[in-house]
Amino acid sequence: MSSNGTSDSPVKSTGLHVGEIKPGVAKKDPILIADGVRRQFGGLTAVDVAHVEIPRHAITALIGPNGAGKTTFFNLLTGFDTPNEGTWSFNGKSLAGVPAFRVARMGLIRTFQLTKALGLLTVMDNMKLGSTQQKGEKLWASVFPFLWKKKDEEIEVQALDLLTRFKLDAKKDDYAASLSGGQRKLLEMARALMTKPELVMLDEPMAGVNPALTQSLLDHILNLKKEGMTVLFVEHDMHMVRHIADWVIVMAEGKVVAEGDPHEVMKNPAVIDAYLGSHQDVDLGAVTGRITLPKMGKEK
Amino acid sequence: MDVLGILSSTASFILDPTTMAYALAGLGLAIHFGFAGLLNMGMAGFMAIGAYGYAIGILTFGLPWYLAAFVGIIGSVIFALILGIPTLRLRGDYLAIVTIAAAEIIRLFLLTSAFIDVTGSADGLSGFNGPGGTVTNPIPGAGGFNNSNPIPDGEYGFEPFLDDERTWYLRIVGGIILAVSVFAVYRLVNSPWGRVIKGIREDEEAVRSLGKNVFAYKMQALVIGGVFGALGGLMLALSTNVNSGVYVTSLTFFLWTALLLGGAATVFGPLVGSVIFWVLQAFLGLLFPALSKAGLLPFDSIQAAQVRFILIGVALVLLVVFRPQGIFGNKKELTFVK
Repeated sequence: MSSNGTSDSPVKSTGLHVGEIKPGVAKKDPILIADGVRRQFGGLTAVDVAHVEIPRHAITALIGPNGAGKTTFFNLLTGFDTPNEGTWSFNGKSLAGVPAFRVARMGLIRTFQLTKALGLLTVMDNMKLGSTQQKGEKLWASVFPFLWKKKDEEIEVQALDLLTRFKLDAKKDDYAASLSGGQRKLLEMARALMTKPELVMLDEPMAGVNPALTQSLLDHILNLKKEGMTVLFVEHDMHMVRHIADWVIVMAEGKVVAEGDPHEVMKNPAVIDAYLGSHQDVDLGAVTGRITLPKMGKEK
Repeated sequence: MDVLGILSSTASFILDPTTMAYALAGLGLAIHFGFAGLLNMGMAGFMAIGAYGYAIGILTFGLPWYLAAFVGIIGSVIFALILGIPTLRLRGDYLAIVTIAAAEIIRLFLLTSAFIDVTGSADGLSGFNGPGGTVTNPIPGAGGFNNSNPIPDGEYGFEPFLDDERTWYLRIVGGIILAVSVFAVYRLVNSPWGRVIKGIREDEEAVRSLGKNVFAYKMQALVIGGVFGALGGLMLALSTNVNSGVYVTSLTFFLWTALLLGGAATVFGPLVGSVIFWVLQAFLGLLFPALSKAGLLPFDSIQAAQVRFILIGVALVLLVVFRPQGIFGNKKELTFVK
């Protein structure tokens, strides 16, 4: 099935959906379901997702042109923003009104498009911050080191293991501000894993990362799936999407316009129109059906 | 010019209760700004609550001094909660605006004659450190800080620290409060809790995305820092009368200068910063009038004493521009420009 046909091409998860493939198709085992989620900024409707389900134990890519509402949708799902209407649930539990920190504690962790490595903390402290098990983060416990010292050592072992996998162990005592852009992406991903999440949502993990590092990032993302995690990521690099994604959801103008297997979905005319770009001169609204363009001369 | 006299008077400020009060309030600011990134521009308000809470606890409610001290501390906790609930969800700058205004509200509230029976209005409050209230308003069992002094009467120490038993008692009590506070803050900021608030200082969203209740942490930091501010006010009240004219905005800025001098994101910075600040301030306050008397400065001695405040302002500017991390700070950890 793989057109790039390399021997190390990852094993794709198939048969994730139920019934005919169309935007909003039901999944066999959805981990995240959004229904009628709409977010307006004044007159602009940034996100208007009728229905979407994210399959469990798979890597799902969310693609779409700039301004399609991908990041806003991420924010809505993770509690960083609140939709005007709609319901959305994670593992069957509704997330409406659940604050962002609690969403993270439920096992839905996200990274940011603009990397948020904490530059004024050491790499190790960044990692330790990711753990949700540390009782010493409570105010009263914090002044009694004997209550949290042991746990901190356990967390350090876990952090060191992750840092080694991400090849950041040599940097553990440096301030994160001294890392390069790509290393910060790695650190942010490693830090997110410290929370032991079920669903990892990566917002443009490859942006600004050089090709060699991209390869290792890809391996890390594939490893997440192997370890039983579910991944949802936003990405513009179509080679990467084809390479690792099991499922692709395409957004344009806040709506889900197409879904499916990466190779099938990229043949979809709506996707080509909205994103991959054969009709760059056509208004996006015409593609999504929001507006009807007046008849052009060439169509006569 | 009495150089020795000036140096001796200056040196006495090292162990002055005011220096300790500044160190305590500076420690509170270090938690607020240095570690949690909360721009509190109203520390004078927290200090006023600590001082007035203590004095009013004694004079109005007839409490013994150690219980009255808690009135001030509890007052500062409530003040921090009232400030924090509406503002901590907003961007950091709003807290600065709200705290500066709130501190002024507190001061003017204490100054107004509407509550003169309780606050003493412009005269402030006095006589609460002795036993049983004031001469006109005797309250048996109230106050009594001076009488709790176990040190026998007499002069102790050596120049420039040759003082009577009350001054030494104050220094010892202040020293104990300060030592416990510094130790507690050291423990706090070097704990996982401290790690979280240092993370919040830099990027709230990142910390929130890792499952931490950012609002609760900021509130805790605001309350703890506020309690240290109240302890600073308490220290001032133990040493002298309370008067709303002390708790003005410039007090807050002096605290900031002392804090930034020592290093905002350090535990010992506020302590050392306060000592340097007060020693310098006292030295210049004596030096300039002396120079003026000797005819070396072009203004009279009262004017000359004010020159130090200009220098403090200049020092604050230079400090922020050229050494934002202070004496002890790590430049990598705290700079004003990222």
